[in-house]
This record gives sequence, structure tokens and C-alpha cells, in this order.
Amino acid sequence: MSRAGGTRDVALAVAWRGAHNYFTNPAIFIPGLLFPLFFFTAFAGGLSRVDSVPGFEFGSNYTAFVYGFVLMQASAFGGVFTGFSIARDFESGFSRRLLLAAPSHGGIVAGYWLTGVMRAVFTICIITVVALAAGMDVQGGGIDLLGLYTLALLVNAAATLFGCGVAMRLRTMQAGPLMQIPVFLLLFLAPVWLPYDLITGWVHAAATVNPMTLILTTERGFVAGDPVHVVITFAVGAALVGAALLWARGGLHSAEQAA
Amino acid sequence: MNRATALQVGTLARRSIVRTLRQPAMVVPALFFPLLLLAVNAGGLQRATDLPGFPADHYLDFVLAVCFVQGGLFAANSAGTNVANDIETGFLNRLSLTPLRKTALLMGQLAGVLALGLIQAVTFLVVGAIAGEGIHAGVAGALVIVALALLISLGFGSIGAFVALRTGSGEAVQGIFPLMFAALFLSSMALPRNLIETDWFREVATWNPVSYMLEGIRSLVITGWDGEALALGFACAGGVALIALVAAAAALRTQMVRT
Repeated sequence: MSRAGGTRDVALAVAWRGAHNYFTNPAIFIPGLLFPLFFFTAFAGGLSRVDSVPGFEFGSNYTAFVYGFVLMQASAFGGVFTGFSIARDFESGFSRRLLLAAPSHGGIVAGYWLTGVMRAVFTICIITVVALAAGMDVQGGGIDLLGLYTLALLVNAAATLFGCGVAMRLRTMQAGPLMQIPVFLLLFLAPVWLPYDLITGWVHAAATVNPMTLILTTERGFVAGDPVHVVITFAVGAALVGAALLWARGGLHSAEQAA
Repeated sequence: MNRATALQVGTLARRSIVRTLRQPAMVVPALFFPLLLLAVNAGGLQRATDLPGFPADHYLDFVLAVCFVQGGLFAANSAGTNVANDIETGFLNRLSLTPLRKTALLMGQLAGVLALGLIQAVTFLVVGAIAGEGIHAGVAGALVIVALALLISLGFGSIGAFVALRTGSGEAVQGIFPLMFAALFLSSMALPRNLIETDWFREVATWNPVSYMLEGIRSLVITGWDGEALALGFACAGGVALIALVAAAAALRTQMVRT
């Protein structure tokens, strides 16, 4: 078996197992789906009046504005929850056996990444259907939507690889908050409910240096058919994935030494 | 309550309180996440106070009430997890061999929730008093807020205990957490009900008892003494607590018979 073939086989096997576990275990499946739906419902329904705040400018309706955030949240948490699954695999001893048996350890990380993609795509599909049913006004064309979902997958990849790095270093479910809290902070310290220019105080200062602000602004631009900062946003997204990949690689080395 | 029952309740209450407070994984998120959401909301949605008819000058004062109810949700998780753990480890089995009264067992188990609720309420009040404009109803109002917060914690904690006693599973308790969150999200947590633009959402928020718990606390923070808001807040929190306690007591009877 060639090295590439071995990597692919391991990746597909790990991804298939991840998909099987995800769709057959409600305790894993439901929270990852419900939380973005709750956020979407609460914000799009309960806060829709804030688009009347003086200075609120967005090229589509408030449902579309909220969709941009919930899409990013679903992408990121699809990755974080995959990190939880990796930690669970280490606690149960499965990962130790996998590390001993798999011909390519890079394939393990790739398989978990595919699991994260699958989780995020499933959640995004459901949320998109709900958002369209709730009256989301999509102004963007085909290219805009391609950009929107590519950006979502970049966020998902960065979050999965980050979670993978944490899970492989600590190898316990108790590492859950260490995966969840940084991602939660990055997401909520972006302009979640109002455009960047309308947020105030320390949250405004935090949003200024938060890379998620740029990603969220561009995502919303794609939905409204008026994307901004596209090149720099994709460069930032790619940089986040690159940094997370290095972090995951370090985690894999740590797990290999412990196995 | 006779002396023997009081002794039983006291012993189990001490165990429940010590066990809850010794688990940082239960105490820290129960304080951290509501405060984080408070801080983010206060900056991110301050401009919502520009909406005509918004009842407060600072969004922090408006949203402070959410901390207390969110704290109650963590109480449900805490109580449920502890009870489920007692079932899974066989502690309840062993207790069923003793002459312990079932009332004492339930009251003792919920003491940890009330201790956590008290810590949360005092922390949120101090933060609200320092960061916001203070409690409009004064010190007496603050004491009423603590009382209402404890009643809310008791209600949600009893729901958690009910689910744990009915299913005997910690996983099932974790599973209801998103549903409890839905109750919070589908309420007047982000805007007053009269400013919610989406008709179905306003209707749901009007039927949702959580809206009245929030409005009871909010009235003391923002407007002072409002008899109607307080009566509705206490009635809803008390009603939820009463129903959940009766259900939990019935589930406990069944669980003890099973064992």
C-alpha cells in the first residue's frame, strides 16, 4: 500500500466511524444541532427590531444578518464537538489502539477533519432550510454563496484542528472547556447582533482585534450580495487553518509519544 | 418536620452542598457563562436602548435578570447530574435499605442547588451593582431578587432531579439542557415583549413563564417596586417549582420501588 493510499484509507475509516457515531447517538447529535437553531430563533425572532436602531445598515433583512453569525457558529462548533469526540476516543482507549494500528497517523487527523466537515455541513443544511423558511432574504449570487460556504468550511477546519490539538495533548473529556471557551469567546466577541460600527465599550475594542469580526463581516457581505475585504478575509481564514494545523500536528506528536 | 426528619435532611443537605461546591466543573461554568453573556450583551446591544420605548438607559441593567435565570438552568444540570450519579453508583440503592424518609432525601439533594443558587445570586447582584446603575428597589429589592432567584433555582433544580430520577441517567440530564436553554431563548430575555417585532415569537414569549421570571427581577433592577411584575414572577417560579417538586417526589417513589 502506498503512503498516500494508507493515509486515505485511515482518514476514510476514521471519518466513517465519526459519521456513524454522530448519526446514531442522540446525545452527540442533538446539542450540536439545537444550539445554533436556538441562537438563530432567539436572535432572528426576538431581536429583529434592532434593525431599527439608528445607523444600522445592512443590504438584506435581519434574519440574513443573524444567519451570517449562526453559520459561523455552526461551523466552529461542528469542529469543537469533533474535538470532544476525539477526547472521548482517548478516554475509551480507542485512540491508543488506533495509533498502534494505523499505518498513517496523519490520516487520523484527516479523518477527524472530515468528521468535523460532515457535522458542520449537516447542521448548516438544517439551519439554511430553517432560515429560508423564516424569510431570509439572500441577495448574493452563486459566486457569493460559494465564497460564503467556503469561508464556513475554513472556520470549521480551523476549529476542528484546534480541538484536535487540545484533545490529543490532554486526552481527557475534562479538556472540553479548553476547546469550547476560546472558540465561544472568539465568536461572541465579534459583532454578533449589530454591525461593528454600532457596538460599544470593551466589546468594540475586542471586536477590533478579533479575526472573527473580519470573517463575519465578509460572510454577511456574501449573504447581502455586497462582499467586503474578501481577499484579506480568506488570507486570515487560511492563516487560522495553517496555525491550527501546526497545533494539531503538535498534539499528534504528543499522543504518539504517550501511546 | 420532626427531629428525625430534620436530622436526615441536614445530613443529606450537608453532603449535597459539599459535593456541589467541591466540583469546580459545576461552580465555575455556572458563574462564568452568565457573566460572560452579560458582559458581551452589555457592550454588543447597548445601542438597542436607542429604540423608542426601551425601558432602561443601560442595556446591562436590562439584561442583568438573564444571569439569574441562566444560573437556574445550571442548577438543573447540577441537581440532575448529582442525583443521576447517586443512582448510577448505587448510593440510592443503599439508602433505600435505611429508614430514610423520601421527603428528606429530595430536600437534602436539592440543598446543593440552593447553595449554588445563593452564590450565583449574590455574585450577579454585586456585579450588577458595580457595573450598572445599581438596584432601583434598593437593598430590600436586592433581597427579594435573591429570594426569587433561589425559587427559580429550586424549580429548575427539581426539573433536573425529576429527569434524573425518572431515567436514572446522567446523559439524559445533559440532554434536557438544550431544551431548558430554549425556554430562556424563547422569552423576553433580549428585548421587552412590547418591542419584539416577530408576532409568533412575541406570542411564545408571552406564554413562556420564563419571561415573567425575568420581568419580575428586571422590575426591581430598573423601575423599583412593581407589584404585578413581582406577583407574576413569583407565581411562575413558584408554579414551576411546585410542579417539578411533585413530579420529582413521584419519580423518587417509583425509583425507590424499583431498587
